[in-house]
Amino acid sequence: MVRCFLIHTVCSVSALGAGESRLLYSRLFGPDEGIFSDRERGLNPEERRLVQKERIAVVARQVRSAVSLSREASARVLVETVPGEEALALQEADSGVVRLRAGDPFSEEMSALWLGVQSLGFTLVCEPHENLLLAEGTLRNLTRHCLEHLHMLGQGSEVLLRSNRVDALLSRLLPHGQLLFLNHRFAQALEKEVAAYMAK
Amino acid sequence: HYHHGTQSTIIQESELQKFYSRLVKLLQGKELGHETIDSLQRLHLILSATKYTRTLPPELQKKVQSLLSSPKEHFQVLSSAVLRETLPLSGQEGNYNQENISQLNSHAAVLLLSQAGSRADLSSLCAQLLRSLESRQSEVPAHSLTHTLPILNTILTLSPECLTDDHVTLLNKKLVDWLRYASITQGGGASSGGFFTGPRSRQPVPTAELDGAVSGDFFTVLCVGQGFTEDQWMNVYSFSMLRHWLLTYHSVLSGNGTADTDDRSEVDGSVVSIVSATSSSGRLLPPKERLREKSFQYCLRLIEQSDRKAHRKTDTDLQKACLVEAVCILDCVCEEDASLVFRAFPCIKALFGRLSSDLSFARVLLPIAQFYLNHGEMAAVDCESVWKLVFGRFPAELFNDHFLAHELLRFLRLNLKSLQHRVPQYTRSFPNLLKFLAWDSPAVVDDFVDLLPSLVTAGTAVELLHTLLDLPCLSATLVLQVRSTCLPISEPGGRGLQSPDAYRNPSFRGLFLFLLRGDAGSGDTIDRLSTLHELLAETADWPRVVQCAQTVPLLLHIFFNTVITGADEKLLSHLILVMLERSSLLLNIPEYNKEIQRVFSSHLLRFCKLHPSLVVDQSHELLEFAGATANVYSKEGIYTHVVWVLGEYLSVSCDSRCSVRLITSCFEALEAVLFEITSSVPPPGADCPAPRVVTTLMSALAKLASRSHDLIPRVSLFLSKLRTLTRGGSVAWCSDEEDLVAIVTRGEELWSLLKAPGVAQSVLTPPPHVTTPQWHRDTNVAMPLRLRALTSLTHSQ
Repeated sequence: MVRCFLIHTVCSVSALGAGESRLLYSRLFGPDEGIFSDRERGLNPEERRLVQKERIAVVARQVRSAVSLSREASARVLVETVPGEEALALQEADSGVVRLRAGDPFSEEMSALWLGVQSLGFTLVCEPHENLLLAEGTLRNLTRHCLEHLHMLGQGSEVLLRSNRVDALLSRLLPHGQLLFLNHRFAQALEKEVAAYMAK
Repeated sequence: HYHHGTQSTIIQESELQKFYSRLVKLLQGKELGHETIDSLQRLHLILSATKYTRTLPPELQKKVQSLLSSPKEHFQVLSSAVLRETLPLSGQEGNYNQENISQLNSHAAVLLLSQAGSRADLSSLCAQLLRSLESRQSEVPAHSLTHTLPILNTILTLSPECLTDDHVTLLNKKLVDWLRYASITQGGGASSGGFFTGPRSRQPVPTAELDGAVSGDFFTVLCVGQGFTEDQWMNVYSFSMLRHWLLTYHSVLSGNGTADTDDRSEVDGSVVSIVSATSSSGRLLPPKERLREKSFQYCLRLIEQSDRKAHRKTDTDLQKACLVEAVCILDCVCEEDASLVFRAFPCIKALFGRLSSDLSFARVLLPIAQFYLNHGEMAAVDCESVWKLVFGRFPAELFNDHFLAHELLRFLRLNLKSLQHRVPQYTRSFPNLLKFLAWDSPAVVDDFVDLLPSLVTAGTAVELLHTLLDLPCLSATLVLQVRSTCLPISEPGGRGLQSPDAYRNPSFRGLFLFLLRGDAGSGDTIDRLSTLHELLAETADWPRVVQCAQTVPLLLHIFFNTVITGADEKLLSHLILVMLERSSLLLNIPEYNKEIQRVFSSHLLRFCKLHPSLVVDQSHELLEFAGATANVYSKEGIYTHVVWVLGEYLSVSCDSRCSVRLITSCFEALEAVLFEITSSVPPPGADCPAPRVVTTLMSALAKLASRSHDLIPRVSLFLSKLRTLTRGGSVAWCSDEEDLVAIVTRGEELWSLLKAPGVAQSVLTPPPHVTTPQWHRDTNVAMPLRLRALTSLTHSQ
């Protein structure tokens, strides 16, 4: 099961403190794990929402840190790509996986797969026994669609005002956090539906 | 560059209310168009950016709620997103008993899931969903059916108890139908995604394999067609959740399942088929066993299908993912029913044979290794070649594959006990395994924190220590290795760097080959370490090397903590020698040397405290180290601690072998150093000796003198001379006035203490019963304790 999908910044943004990551999109899947924990069972919906947001912020920070360490180590030169070069941007993207220990922030251990496209990070948090090969492929596919449909490579990204498009994309390719074994035909069928949604 | 979310939080309350009213008006209109969509999106942005959950005005909330069932998907999506960010109106918290839950679209379901507040809510939801599954498909809108499985799966993750046994049985049956008996002809070519057969009736065309051949067997996720039928979609969704389903409800170890086959047959009331050596038709098996059998067959078919050459890269990738999944599921069902192992192994073995020489399939080979580990013993299969890959080729050649590293290290963590038992080469493979750490320390250090203790064995501990200390060198070497395979020899960028040339130079080959070795046991370290460090000197600021160096102190702590439990003195002695030797023999990275010395110092103390006789054992080497004045300046940290342990533990009460001659020779060695450093200027390039070194030397001399009183006059003489010399003010060997005062004060204290040798002995060399209280075993302390105990017994109320 995928627990959440995030789009966030992975390099310095002047308005933020060092190490902070701005969240551009976040989506938690499934029921809140807090309702099964003794500690969080008594929380009211508002408190629960806050805890969820905190969890997501922790993930974003950890991934951001991992990305910057990874980029520092590989001494990558970030190639600026412009709208229209989404395929190139994806090819140049660096990737990795962060082990999130149990309790930090989810009650069980998780694996956070990330894809870094220039200053943006696309993160998928999965349960570690999940098929990470499939998760990796799904993440790449989702990222490609986000880059294409949300014009994320140019100035003035529209992500914040187009979250409904990402919701619709996820409902097809990652329904309720379920990774799907889609061969190209099944994928095409779903992507047609997504394209139809985006066109309206 | 990006829209600042914070902008919206500065919105004034009045502005917000105006916005709400405008939106309500929009929603009241007949035609809901782009403006409404944009406004709803804006509303979502405002709500999600604020920390505290807002409540919408009831009228707006109701309007948004009604959009959940709008025919236009945009409104379903947006209303679900908006409502997830607000508090539900009181009295309306999650209607989980709605009649029409089966009509729920996916986005409304998302909302329900997020609002679920208890297990009971989720159980109701599950019950409703399964009811809709049971009813005939024609009564239910097509799309909602496919989302049933993902929703159930996400609930199962957190709460398997939400499904009753009847539900589980029903799903077992349904999964069998979808997995094994889905249609094998292509769905209609309708462009809407294949739920409806085309208006023109066609001659049924069979589905195809990924290489174009016509499918000859049942439908799986690796079959293609122009369009798909509904049950083929369900085949995909079913397989996608199959492993999780089996793990949750079929696992022998799961909390729900019973661990004993006898128990199970009693509960079921049916005979559990233990012998399924022949491929049975499965008709007579109960649903759970039937699903197991069909899953088995599905996996075997996937493995066969993955051998076909797909036309597209995405399909090739999918084949790999399917292989992983199939092997994992086979592992799972073989755990449940051991007789399946004999049917599965030939296939797994063949798969291994097919893939083992191709490193691009490394991630598929890991689940295969897991299978071998779990079932290899039972099937009496030789696993040597598997471990050669996992502990040999993978770390040696794929150390820079992040995902493989993550999965391989996880495999080790999960199977630690098993591996330690059954795979003897595990503990010898640390030179290879540490390559993952040397390459990408931040990403995997956490895993090594967990794994390192298991790699510490008496036989390899010394070699492991050397390897850990030289991890930054390994890091640099791996970078050079990768670069030399990527860049041609005459790469201009390499000019000016000494290390790539050194790497390729045949006379230094041996050094690098030692670092790159795969197994332990061929030697603790190399003689020409200093040469190696010189060759790699320029790599000390490479980011990978620096990141690696930062993790070494932590790992050393773990190493020493592990070693100290149950290690014999011989090993500890050897390790002390290594510490002394290596404290100056490290790659010259800023702060690295200091940090390592700090770790060494603290563990040297621990070792000696636990086994004081170590000091007498190693007195020769310790004295040699302490007697070298140069060490005061270059290795101040560890030097201080060596002097301290000599002073503290070189006594008869710690070890009866400690002779007067030994004490005297130690005294003389330390005295010489103290004389030297307090009578001359520090050597060129060195700072003044740290005050701590001077005071530690003085204290050590005093301690030694208190054990051999002939030496007292010598110390006293020195200390009084020191007082005189420093009365003049500043001295060449101490730049800070306060430090000098502290040193002199300490000298005076020791001097007065030594005037009464008996007292000095008690204070500086306290007998054991003072330092290790014995409580009730101590005759003096015991009496009051006994009296108190007797009193409380006789006076018990």
